Amino acid sequence: MTGLTWRLLDPDESAIEVDLGEPSLITPEWAWGGATGDGVDVCVVDGGIEPGHPLVGPVASSHAVVKRDGKHEVEEVEAADSFGHGTACAGIVRQIAPACRIHSVRVLGERGGGTGRALLAGLEWAIRQRFKVINMSLSTARPEFNQALRELVDEAYFAGSVIVASAHNSQIESFPWRFSSVISVGSHTSADPDRILYNPNPPVEFFARGQAVPVAGLRGSVSRNSGNSFATPHVAGRCALIVGKHPGLTVFQLKTVLYLTAANVRGGRTDESHHGSDGERGGGLERLGRGGH
Amino acid sequence: MAEAATEDSELLTSIVRVARSIFGAAASSVFLFDAEADELVFEAVSGEGEGFLVGTRFPADRGIAGWVITTGQAMSATELTTSQVFARDLAESTGYVPDSIMAAPIVHRMAPIGVLQVLDPHPQSRYSVADLDLLAMFANQAALSLHILLRNRAARAGLRREGAEYDTLAKIAALLADMDDEQRGRGVALIESLHGMLAGMAR
Repeated sequence: MTGLTWRLLDPDESAIEVDLGEPSLITPEWAWGGATGDGVDVCVVDGGIEPGHPLVGPVASSHAVVKRDGKHEVEEVEAADSFGHGTACAGIVRQIAPACRIHSVRVLGERGGGTGRALLAGLEWAIRQRFKVINMSLSTARPEFNQALRELVDEAYFAGSVIVASAHNSQIESFPWRFSSVISVGSHTSADPDRILYNPNPPVEFFARGQAVPVAGLRGSVSRNSGNSFATPHVAGRCALIVGKHPGLTVFQLKTVLYLTAANVRGGRTDESHHGSDGERGGGLERLGRGGH
Repeated sequence: MAEAATEDSELLTSIVRVARSIFGAAASSVFLFDAEADELVFEAVSGEGEGFLVGTRFPADRGIAGWVITTGQAMSATELTTSQVFARDLAESTGYVPDSIMAAPIVHRMAPIGVLQVLDPHPQSRYSVADLDLLAMFANQAALSLHILLRNRAARAGLRREGAEYDTLAKIAALLADMDDEQRGRGVALIESLHGMLAGMAR
């Protein structure tokens, strides 16, 4: 396990600075400038979302994994959350991508949730619904689910659903964040919700705000929570902005855009006269996206 | 047997006392997870609630401790009293409503067996991811102790089969554990002879 990085505690980010060597055509302005997440469906796979919280706004749909005759099935339910965790994650997605549509599938709680099988069933359902962005501030450490999870996240990858998954808070190998076809997220300690860092020492690929994050809680409350769970929806929200503005991007391209626009990835001085306006940048990637998979 | 149960309780109490001290907290608790009932049980408390919370149960699908046991992930939440609280009714039922909670799973061989929780830690710890890491590491250390405790409890329950008391066996085990190597060797030989005789009687 030596060398694996789960989170970034050192405020000195120079150790993870990445120099591209030349200016990147992909800029934040091109990637998500002016975007609101409008038209993008984001699914929060968690313990449910409590409706009516001003920080969460409307919840487009609520489903839950239920066990019936020994099988896990997904059915529509009334919006609810017993832990407050899913509500917190949804509020962060809303903060970053205010116009996206937020959906909920509950895989935890309500007696019987929280098993690896419930998580698999909920994730499978979310992927088959073709939600563009799936926030998963959860993982399972049980190795018997590895293969099934890997197949599912690969299915999502090729189907164009991006799964943004929390790294475990401790140095524990859990899944699916450990798989390369998802976007894995750990915490940095900066208070900037828009600051996303690329980690050149994976498996955790990106860091986002995960310390003392103001979050929506149950019954309209607000608290400050810490943990990788709360870093992850910052990246899910960013993904919603990017795919809202560039709907043709594949998951591979989206991850590349996240990398090129990360706050610690620098490409030297961009020469405006050579590359034109921001609106013209990224044209190559846009063309790839339109002709994509 | 009563002595062994007291030692278990001392072990848990020392875990919560140290956790409380590390984080300068108002209280610290260890919950054990009763998977069959899907409940968390206060097993040891230091600080607020120390006198009456042990043995109290609550559903494992609620609140911060519930989320931690369900997901196996540590988390912290603070500024809880400034508004409605995360499972506030649960907190109120314990007689103490904290402003800040840090909680980490106690995991043994990938199975969450409990939760270590710290209430109202020192203000410096409340917002710190690094301190959450520290709590998670301490909970890892506590995991082995808790596993031994659960194993002891299971062994004692086995010895109480059908109401019969097998205290003497537990006392013999304790005596052997305290002996030096030479004495223990002779003691084990004696036990093996006894076992042979009993096996003969059982045939």
